[in-house]
Amino acid sequence: MIAIFHNYGGLLLQGFGQTLLCSIIALLFSLIIGSMFAIFEVTPVKSLRVIARVYIEVFRNIPLLVITMFFYVVIPMFVTKISGFAAGTVGLTIYTSAFIAETVRSGIQSVDPGQMEGARANGLSWWQAMRHIVLPQAFRYVIPPLGNQFINLVKNSSVLAFVAGFDLMYQGNVIASDSLNTMTTYVVIGILYLIITLPLSYWMRYLEKKLA
Amino acid sequence: MKDFINAYSWINIHYLLQGLWITVAVSVVSIIGSYVLGSILGIIRYVNIKIVSPVVGLIIDIIRNLPLLLIIFFTYFGLPNLGFRPSSVWATIIALTVFESTMIAEIVRSGIAAVDPGQMEGARANGLTYGQAMYHIILPQAMKKMIPALVSQFISLIKDTSLATIIVLPDLMHNAQIVYGQNSTYILPMFLMIAIMYFIVCYALSVLSRSLERRMS
Repeated sequence: MIAIFHNYGGLLLQGFGQTLLCSIIALLFSLIIGSMFAIFEVTPVKSLRVIARVYIEVFRNIPLLVITMFFYVVIPMFVTKISGFAAGTVGLTIYTSAFIAETVRSGIQSVDPGQMEGARANGLSWWQAMRHIVLPQAFRYVIPPLGNQFINLVKNSSVLAFVAGFDLMYQGNVIASDSLNTMTTYVVIGILYLIITLPLSYWMRYLEKKLA
Repeated sequence: MKDFINAYSWINIHYLLQGLWITVAVSVVSIIGSYVLGSILGIIRYVNIKIVSPVVGLIIDIIRNLPLLLIIFFTYFGLPNLGFRPSSVWATIIALTVFESTMIAEIVRSGIAAVDPGQMEGARANGLTYGQAMYHIILPQAMKKMIPALVSQFISLIKDTSLATIIVLPDLMHNAQIVYGQNSTYILPMFLMIAIMYFIVCYALSVLSRSLERRMS
């Protein structure tokens, strides 16, 4: 195992960095898109609610791999050449944003409706009340589930291995076929994933207990 | 438009349906396996047996926090090093069952923990043993609370079977790749078709769970 770290340290580090980078980019954008659709879902405007509902249901029920491969295969045919990393990150963002939208929506709905009514009664517009009163309270509830979404995101980023995204899983396969030491390589890759996900998962469990 | 008509010839659709059948069959076997194994693991983790429960808990946490793709590679390419060589179908079923059962164990554990402790105390005070109280009183109530989480886990299991294309499981995703590999004008129609097929299977399951929830409450 030491030999793998020693001989392939550069590749492992590169893969680790790509996995982390892709997860963080995807998290940022899926938070923005997801929150947007979550707000759409609770607006009084019916057409926005329908759009949000369709978006969420569609992308929650299609495999991530199908979405990612779609961007990797179809976009270069009609629009522009796209790297595996970019295709993978876009796919991850769209897939994850549907889950984040659900999480944020349930957070918004767990805020007492009296908060909204009180804010409106005090003369705030619907959007002002949402932005200053409801959302800050909702985000406190959704931090643990959002953390779990980030863990899922890190794990799901292994889908980049399908599209030559040079992430940890991809480098793992390169190393496995080069060193012929399949078992140990995958154990090493597993440890590297756990370095990101395991502390995060214990932290989120602690936060959940504290909030409950 | 002509591309779509050509792409959806009976031969291609039939081939996709064969893939869908593999996807569904592998999913059903893995769902049953991971439900049974996950419930056992979840109960072991809940009841706090000395040494056994913390060890099981640690193993669950480790497997839960690994990518499924890594576990699939491990079963298909790693296990032969130990002298066990599963076919791609069995490797997928083993990997999915092991991975998803750890997810289900967490759902079961928190489902049991969410039942009012007074229920257990009341049952014990009425003369039931711990096992009887668990089986007749606690688990049926916990079950009701777990249904939505369980079903969404099963849906993600069905979606995750697509990852097994990488070890050449002839599932829906794999068969679609074969079809559009022959003719690049089929790419768009094929993606549309498999998206619809996956959507129908997964959405039907979520509709089923919602009606089940309504009937039980």
